[in-house]
Amino acid sequence: MSEKDPVRLETPLSKEDVQTLESGHVVRLNGMLYVARDAAHARMAEAIENEDFLPFDPEGQVVYFTGPAPARPGHPLGPAGPTTASRMDPYSPLLIERGLRGMIGKGMRSEEVREAMREHGCVYFGAVEGTAALLARRVREAEVIAYEDLGAEAVRRLVVEDFPVIVINDLYGGDLYLEGRERWRRASSKG
Amino acid sequence: MREVRVDDVMWAVRDLCIDANTRLPAEHLCALRRALEVEESAQGREVLEKLLENAEVAREECIAFCQDTGYAVFFVEVGTEVRFVGGEIAEAIDEGVRRGYDEGYLRKSIVRSPIERTNTGDNTPAIVYYDLVPGDDLKLTMLVKGAGCDNMSALKMLTPAEGLPAMKEFVVQTIEEAGPNASPPLTVGVGIGGPFEKAAQLAKKALTRPSGEPNPDPELAELEKELLEEINATGIGPAGYGGRVTALAVHVESFPTHIAAFPVAVNLDCHSHRTSSVEL
Repeated sequence: MSEKDPVRLETPLSKEDVQTLESGHVVRLNGMLYVARDAAHARMAEAIENEDFLPFDPEGQVVYFTGPAPARPGHPLGPAGPTTASRMDPYSPLLIERGLRGMIGKGMRSEEVREAMREHGCVYFGAVEGTAALLARRVREAEVIAYEDLGAEAVRRLVVEDFPVIVINDLYGGDLYLEGRERWRRASSKG
Repeated sequence: MREVRVDDVMWAVRDLCIDANTRLPAEHLCALRRALEVEESAQGREVLEKLLENAEVAREECIAFCQDTGYAVFFVEVGTEVRFVGGEIAEAIDEGVRRGYDEGYLRKSIVRSPIERTNTGDNTPAIVYYDLVPGDDLKLTMLVKGAGCDNMSALKMLTPAEGLPAMKEFVVQTIEEAGPNASPPLTVGVGIGGPFEKAAQLAKKALTRPSGEPNPDPELAELEKELLEEINATGIGPAGYGGRVTALAVHVESFPTHIAAFPVAVNLDCHSHRTSSVEL
């Protein structure tokens, strides 16, 4: 686990970009992010099954698992912190197989997702839930691009500047959640 | 009898929705600042600092500090000498939620049915628990309950023979399994006793106590301290990145139970512990 300076990355990400990342690296993302959560993922999975179009080409892209609150006038996006990523576990491999390079959320991922990430070259970033108002300030533009009827769950394209994330799962089996817990666990709670 | 206009309840509920979602309670902010003093992990400290900064921005801009503006849960203590006039109390609470979530730019997160899943569009229905009390007082306490942490909550029907050690183990195990998913630093509500549903309700109500205020029963207060220590020994830490502070407070509520039973329910609340109350 490293505590060095943030790595600045520009989306779309290349395979080489994500190969340099390790769990615990602090990253600032710039460029486009795609917002999708439960209902949007279910629809994308359906689109894949029906050989229909996806709202965006996953190749090189980063998906942000969030459902923003409504924006006050003058704000491009309302408060938007990460939601629990494991609910997207049944769907994520479908996008990872199609070139998705990154996911932003909170909470643990399944072994199946982590395996797909290692195989195809995709990292899982954590953003801090509970900082929704601060994260929204890193968003310059926001636009609903698909499934508008889903409201807060619609697919959005964001343009972000120095969006703060940390690498949870890298391509080499690193897992910040497990490493962090192991490092700080006290003897009294072992076993 | 004291007459209370349901319109007054509606406006009070509207204000509670906006207040609870945009201003963290003072006790919770104090708990976060205290956590900053004890947290040793650099990443953990940074998370705590960001949570405090986020709370400040939300308050200044009157925006939600968490996008998940949750279920609108209300505990209503209503005196037997209160008479509601001008309409139905349940409808007034729903109307207050409707207006609060619309006018406060809060997310509407409730779907009509777990199976069919169409959004109701206005965050109703509110979840309301009424308690009849003597006198003519009326008190509404709102708890904004996010789903990420609610999803990691659990209930177990222990046996009397398993007793207190099993209860403690179950509480800590629930938090171990939740790990980062429930968004620590947590506030932990624990309900013991009653039949099945009573334990769950007590666990939820325990979350409305001002953060870190001990149970008035010294034995339960001691239990709360012990549980907090064990939870913070797990190392999960702020945001689950590892650290000393996994929970800010543990609140235990107890109720008489059956000779054959020892129900225990654990309801988790995330970093954004949102509760606010009003007396009318």
